[in-house]
Amino acid sequence: MRTILAVTLMNLRSIPSRLGTSLVIVVGIAGVVAVLIALLSMSKGFEKTLKGTGADGRAIVINAGSTSELASYLQPDVVSLLRTLPAVKRDVEGKPLASAELLVITELRKGEGPRAASVNVALRGVEPMGLKMRPEVKLMQGRVFEPGLHEVIAGRSATEQFEGIKIGNKLKFRGSEWTVVGIFDSDRDAHESELWTDADTARNAFGRPGASSVLAQLESPAAFKAFKDSITTDPRFQVDVSTERDYFTSQSESLTSAINILTNVISIIMAFGALFGALNTMYSAVATRSVEIATLRAIGFSGAPVVASVLAEAVLLALAGGMIGAAISYTLFNGMSVSTLGGSFTQIAFSFMVTPDLVERGLTWAVLLGLIGGLLPAIRAARLPVVEALRAA
Amino acid sequence: MRFLPLLWATLWRRKSRTILTMLSLVTAFLLLGLLQAANSLLGLGTVNLNAPILITQARVSFTSPLPMRLLPQIEAVPGVDAVSFSQFFGGIYKDPKNFFPQFATMPDRWFRVFTECKLGPGQLEAWKASRTAAVAGKNLVERYGWKIGDRIPLTSQIWPQKDGSRAWAFDLVGIVDDATTDSCPRKNNMYIRYDYLDEARQFGQGLAGIFVVRLKDQSQAERISSQIDAMFENSPDETKTQTERDFTLNFARQVGNLNLILNLILCAVFFTILLLTGNTMSQAVRERIPELAVMKTIGFTDTGVLVLVLAEALLICFIGGMAGMLLSVGVMKVFAKVLTQFPAVRADLRVWTIALVTMPTLGLIVGGFPAWRAKRLSIVDALAGR
Repeated sequence: MRTILAVTLMNLRSIPSRLGTSLVIVVGIAGVVAVLIALLSMSKGFEKTLKGTGADGRAIVINAGSTSELASYLQPDVVSLLRTLPAVKRDVEGKPLASAELLVITELRKGEGPRAASVNVALRGVEPMGLKMRPEVKLMQGRVFEPGLHEVIAGRSATEQFEGIKIGNKLKFRGSEWTVVGIFDSDRDAHESELWTDADTARNAFGRPGASSVLAQLESPAAFKAFKDSITTDPRFQVDVSTERDYFTSQSESLTSAINILTNVISIIMAFGALFGALNTMYSAVATRSVEIATLRAIGFSGAPVVASVLAEAVLLALAGGMIGAAISYTLFNGMSVSTLGGSFTQIAFSFMVTPDLVERGLTWAVLLGLIGGLLPAIRAARLPVVEALRAA
Repeated sequence: MRFLPLLWATLWRRKSRTILTMLSLVTAFLLLGLLQAANSLLGLGTVNLNAPILITQARVSFTSPLPMRLLPQIEAVPGVDAVSFSQFFGGIYKDPKNFFPQFATMPDRWFRVFTECKLGPGQLEAWKASRTAAVAGKNLVERYGWKIGDRIPLTSQIWPQKDGSRAWAFDLVGIVDDATTDSCPRKNNMYIRYDYLDEARQFGQGLAGIFVVRLKDQSQAERISSQIDAMFENSPDETKTQTERDFTLNFARQVGNLNLILNLILCAVFFTILLLTGNTMSQAVRERIPELAVMKTIGFTDTGVLVLVLAEALLICFIGGMAGMLLSVGVMKVFAKVLTQFPAVRADLRVWTIALVTMPTLGLIVGGFPAWRAKRLSIVDALAGR
C-alpha cells in the first residue's frame, strides 16, 4: 500500500512537466461536464417552476381529453354544477371556494432589436374567490383589478420577460385597451408568467361565457379522492379532475423529457470524444514515463503501483476537469432567467438551476471517464517490457 | 500526389494515437452534423419561405380563430391573388408523442394558394369528392408508413364532435409533395376538410382560424398587409398580417434562444478538439525531428516539409470529419424513426458547407504551428539532437 502511494505521489508531482498533454483531459472533461450540467439545469429549473405551482389541497377540473387548460372549454351550465358540489369547501359565509377561470392567449413583445419576437402570454380571468383561494399570490405593487374594468395585474416574471408591462401602461387586446394596475408575486411559479384579470370581464371581452378550468378548494388534500369520485361517477360531467399540483407537474413532462433526451444524446457523444482524448493523453503520459516505469519494475516494484499511479493521474485530471466544468456552468448559467413555450402553448419563465445533485452527477461522469480513459494505458504501463524500455533510453 | 504514400506512412507511424485522434474528430463532427441540422430546423434554413404569402391572424394571438366572414373582405383587396384559411385541428395520432399539425381548409383554396406544393394525379379531385378525405405531407406519410386509402384516426384536443366524442377519422387520399426541388414547406402537415369539421364540431361554427393570402406580387406585401389590418382595426376581430416567413420565424423564436445554446455547445466541443488534435500534431512533429532533418538533407525544401506536415494535419481532419458527418447522417436516420417526439432533422446544404469549411480550417490551425516549426528546423541542430 505504501509503495502504491509513493509511486502515485511521485507520478502526480511530475504532471507539471507534461502540462500540455494533461490539459487535454482537463479541458475535454470540463467541456462534457459543463454541457451536461448546463442542459440539466435548464430542465431542472423548468420542472421546479411548474412543480412549484399550485397546492395539493386544490383540485383543477378541465374538459375530458384536453391535456391543458388552453384546449379545454367548460360550458356555463357545467361550471355552475361543479361549483356547487358538496366536496368543495365553503367560506365562513357559506360560499363555495371555487374559481371558474378563463385562459386566453395574448401576444406581447419579447426582446428588442432583430431578435424581438411576438410571444404567447396567458391572460387568465380569475374570479374574486380565485385570489382568496391562492394565499401564495401576493400583490407586490399597485392594486388588484376592478371587476368590470379592463384592468390586469401581471406576474413578476412576466414583467421581467416581456416588454411594456409597467403599472399604468396600456396593453391592447381585441380592440380595447387594458391597463396594468398591479404586479404580483407567487414564489416564481408558472402563474408569475401570466396576466390576470377579472373572470367576468374576460368572458365578456373575449365572448366566451364558459370557462377553461374550474379551481376548487378542498377540505384537505385527503379529500381529493372523494371529490374526484363524486365527479367521475356523475354522468352529467365529461371532465378530467386532478390536483392542481399534479396538473402543473404533468405540464412540465414533455419539455423536460425532451431536454433530457437531448442532454443524454449530446453528453454521450461528447463523452466519447473526451474519452478518446483522455486515452490519447494517458497513452502519451505512459510513453513519456516509460523509462521511469521500467526502472521501477527493474528494481522490484510490482505492476500494481504502476497501474494505480496511472489511474490516479487520469482520475485526478478528470476530476479537476469536472470541477472546472461545473464551475463554468454554475457561473454562466445558474439563475439565468429565460422563457419558453410551456404546455398551455404560452410562455413560461424559469431560471436555470445548478443544484448540488447535478454537480454530483457531473463529477461522477468525470470520474468514470477518467477511470475508463486511464484503464487501458495503465494496463499497457504494467506490461511494458522492462528491457526494451530501458534500452530505448 | 507522389508524396501520398509518404503521407500515409507518417500518419500511421503511431497507429493508436492517430486512430484516437481521428475518433475524437469523428465525435466532434458527428455533433456538428446533428446540432447544425437541428439548428437549421430551428432557424428554418431548410424550408422554402420565400413564397409571396401573407398570414392574417387575430391580433390578440394566432390561437384565437378569426371568423370566416372576414374572407370576402380580404379577398377583395387589390393585389391579392387567392385566399385560403387554416383552422388548427389539434389532433393526436395514437400517442401524444406523435406530434404533427393538422389544419382544416378547403381543397380548391388550398390548391390555389400553395402552388409550391403539389398532389399526385387525381388526388385533388379525390379530396374534393369526399368530406372525410384528407391529404398529408410526404414526410408524415413516410414516417408513419401510411398508404393512400388508409383511415387515419385522430383524437382532437380542441374539437369534440356533436356527441362529445373527440375521436375523428380521415381517409388519406393524397400526398403533399414538392412542386419543384424542396419548394414545399408543408410536407410535415396534414390537411382535412373544413366543411366536414365545421358541421361536425360541437362549437366554434364559422371560425376559420388564420387566413393565408397569396399575393400577385411579393413587393406589395407591406402595402397589402397594412391594408388588411386597417380594415379590421378597433373591431373585436383585429388582425395582424405578416409574411409567412416572419410568422414562422417568430414561431421558432417563441421556443427561445435554443440555437444560441446549441452553438455554445459546439464551441466547447471544437475548442476541446482543437487542443487535442493540436497536441497530437505537435507531438507527431516533435518525435519526427530527426526524420525531418534527414528529409531536408536529401533535398526536401523547407516549404516542402511545411507542406507535408500541413497536409498530414489536413488529412487527419478530413478523414475524421467526413467519417463523423457520414455517421451523423446515419444517426439522423435512426433518430427520425426512434425519437418521434422530435421533428426529423437532416443535414442540408448549409450543414455540409459548415462542415466542409470547418475541416480544412481546423487542419490549418492545428497543423500551422508544427508545420512552421518543421520548416524552421535546422538540419545540423536536429541531427545533433539539440
